[in-house]
Amino acid sequence: MKPHPFRRTAAPVVASLSALALVACTGGSEDGSDSGNGGGETEAITAEQFEEAMSTPTELTFWSWVPDIQNQVDMFEEAYPEIDVEYVNVGQGAEHYQQMRTAIQAGSGAPDVAQVEYQHLASFRLGGDLLDLTPYLQEDLSAAYPDWVWSQVSADGGLWGIPQDTGPLGSLYRTDLFADAGIEVPTTWDEFAQAAADYREAMPDSYLTNMPGNDPGQFVGLLWQAGARPFAYDGAETVTIDLDSPEVLQVVEYWQGLIADDLVSVDPDFNDQWYQALANGKYASWQVAAWGPVFLQGTAGNTSGLWAASTLPQWEEGQNISGNWGGSTDAVLSSTDNPIAATELARWINVEEAPATRFVQEQFLFPPSLSILESEEFLAEESEFYGGQQVNATFAEISETVPTDDFGWLPFMDFAYSAYNETLGSAIADRGDLVAGLQAWEAELVEYAESQGFTVE
Amino acid sequence: MTSTAPPAPAQPPPQRTANTLSTLRRREARAGYLFVLPFMIVFVAMLIVPLGYSGYLSVFREQLIGGTSFVGLENYARALSDATFTGGVARMALFLVIQVPIMLGLALLFALVLDSGRLRLQKFVRLAIFIPYAVPGVISALMWGYLYGPDFGPFAQLGEASGLGSPDFLSADFMLFSIMNIVTWGFIGYNMIIMYSALRSIPTEIYEAARVDGAGEVRIATAIKIPALRPALVLTTIFSVIGTFQLFNEPNILRTIAPNVIGNGYTPNLYAYNLAFVGQEVNYAAAIAFLLGFVIMVVSYIFQLSTSRKEATR
Repeated sequence: MKPHPFRRTAAPVVASLSALALVACTGGSEDGSDSGNGGGETEAITAEQFEEAMSTPTELTFWSWVPDIQNQVDMFEEAYPEIDVEYVNVGQGAEHYQQMRTAIQAGSGAPDVAQVEYQHLASFRLGGDLLDLTPYLQEDLSAAYPDWVWSQVSADGGLWGIPQDTGPLGSLYRTDLFADAGIEVPTTWDEFAQAAADYREAMPDSYLTNMPGNDPGQFVGLLWQAGARPFAYDGAETVTIDLDSPEVLQVVEYWQGLIADDLVSVDPDFNDQWYQALANGKYASWQVAAWGPVFLQGTAGNTSGLWAASTLPQWEEGQNISGNWGGSTDAVLSSTDNPIAATELARWINVEEAPATRFVQEQFLFPPSLSILESEEFLAEESEFYGGQQVNATFAEISETVPTDDFGWLPFMDFAYSAYNETLGSAIADRGDLVAGLQAWEAELVEYAESQGFTVE
Repeated sequence: MTSTAPPAPAQPPPQRTANTLSTLRRREARAGYLFVLPFMIVFVAMLIVPLGYSGYLSVFREQLIGGTSFVGLENYARALSDATFTGGVARMALFLVIQVPIMLGLALLFALVLDSGRLRLQKFVRLAIFIPYAVPGVISALMWGYLYGPDFGPFAQLGEASGLGSPDFLSADFMLFSIMNIVTWGFIGYNMIIMYSALRSIPTEIYEAARVDGAGEVRIATAIKIPALRPALVLTTIFSVIGTFQLFNEPNILRTIAPNVIGNGYTPNLYAYNLAFVGQEVNYAAAIAFLLGFVIMVVSYIFQLSTSRKEATR
């Protein structure tokens, strides 16, 4: 899930002081010896052990910001009456992670199961805070997901979360505005650049698209599509930061051209101004993940029927490659006292058909699992907002085109994204020198990584 | 923050009553301690302990790889040469010297006008001035953020419609003033109420005497009211100094609409917060927070010193 932009802003001083105090309370208690990290040698649990764990009265805590996930939790409690799950929403995105870190450092109050986005799995794995689920699962789930999704949750011989939703990138566009401007849906980025210029000429008050300077998630998704693999983490002390590769430069220089010529707008996204711009036709298209179509329906309801979905423009004619932006897993924390029950909760709500289907139908999460991605019912659904198009089918096809080779993350993505906003993102918003911004981003990341004791490659 | 400890018994009292008096004193002392106890508990738990703790934290350095090590004052040295931190402090100092005089000046004016009793609908006006303060800071920042909006904000649309164009309130050049406007709007009423209640406590006989001597309203205001307001002015100024350096909500909210203008370290408080929770540099954030507290203390002290000097020379 993409975290929604409106976060509760706590009274800062009090909050940060008390949080500092909490953080400070950790002292010596480093990661316990009972955590199942490192994988490999641990034997898988037996059916008897599983039965026993699931029929013993147990209390679990579950943190997530998926709306109405209580429904799935209720279904789980019905299936396992002895397990009592306390569901808590501690905030969305950044706030959720702050609370998790604080609780982990404090050594108490951390949940058993927590929602963690793919790009943050590495940062929680770094402290040994995530449980390797492999020994606690009685079935091999690897075949249930597209390869690229599986590679996002598995690393170093361990499984660090159960996929909940994904965000393969596609394109949403306004059919009416495209028609008014007399342009075709571009299939390559070259055509897209030409279309941006033509569109701007025909519709001076509007832009073909918006490139926000505050959304590293989207930008990284576009890097993913272009074949760049800027980040990696070996699970120990070595990180890879490679932001001057030809693939990265290709993307950055491409947008530099559009931005410098005022062919795309550079408004920050997910704020009030941007919602209104979407609803008022300031942007004729949006390069967005699979969670975008439903999100847009809620944001720009007055434009129903005018939108359509397609694949991303491609770098080479005839290609069909996408990237990913967002999506979550449910991970189990290594501090849990009930690893079997906690793992089962994470698995059950995301893998069993009834709760997993509910995520798709009621919470509109884009499904990660092949069983739903390939189900007739899901694919055939026609969306009125998109002029009766089978949008699910479009994005299910796109999901197959996300490259299957590993796209890695740094174990400090929240810093990396924040540094993006200060460097490359600022250059975008100021219509400045994007390549210089990119270099500044890389320099900041390297400096931070080294100051934190990592070896940088 | 002054803690009031009861005075220690001074000279030993005369022999005859020594016993009864000392038991009485002791009992009084005990009662005194009992009265300040609730305050002391909260004060220690909520202020002294966290303060000590962040002081303790600030002399360590915890790395994501390599664990925690004692570094002494290294974090402080780093902060003093950290352009983001010093820049944030300088920005807040600029904010202070521009915004606080405007805000307190307007608050004083309103208080004097209200107190003169020559206003119609006095209660209504008083309430109207105070109401912005009742709006939570986060809400008012969101509201002003909408008003400032470059495409769909009412100011921009008005400017557009009249053909004048409108300034970009959220640009790097205007942002600080836009925030000043929000803070001023929000806090005039609060300061006005403090000054107004101070004015109400001046005995009316003084005014009568002044009028008998032939003084007009303006003369009364400058010769009697404003000097009598000195303690209230000092109080509101100190509060404003503290509030300014701790600025957080407004920039943090406006950040969502102008992320390129408001960076991680736009204000020192925002910087400490981002260091701790985004960069996971808790120790350095603690040092920043401590230094910020020190800056506030120094500025407040200098201000108090200068006002008491003035008072002494009068």
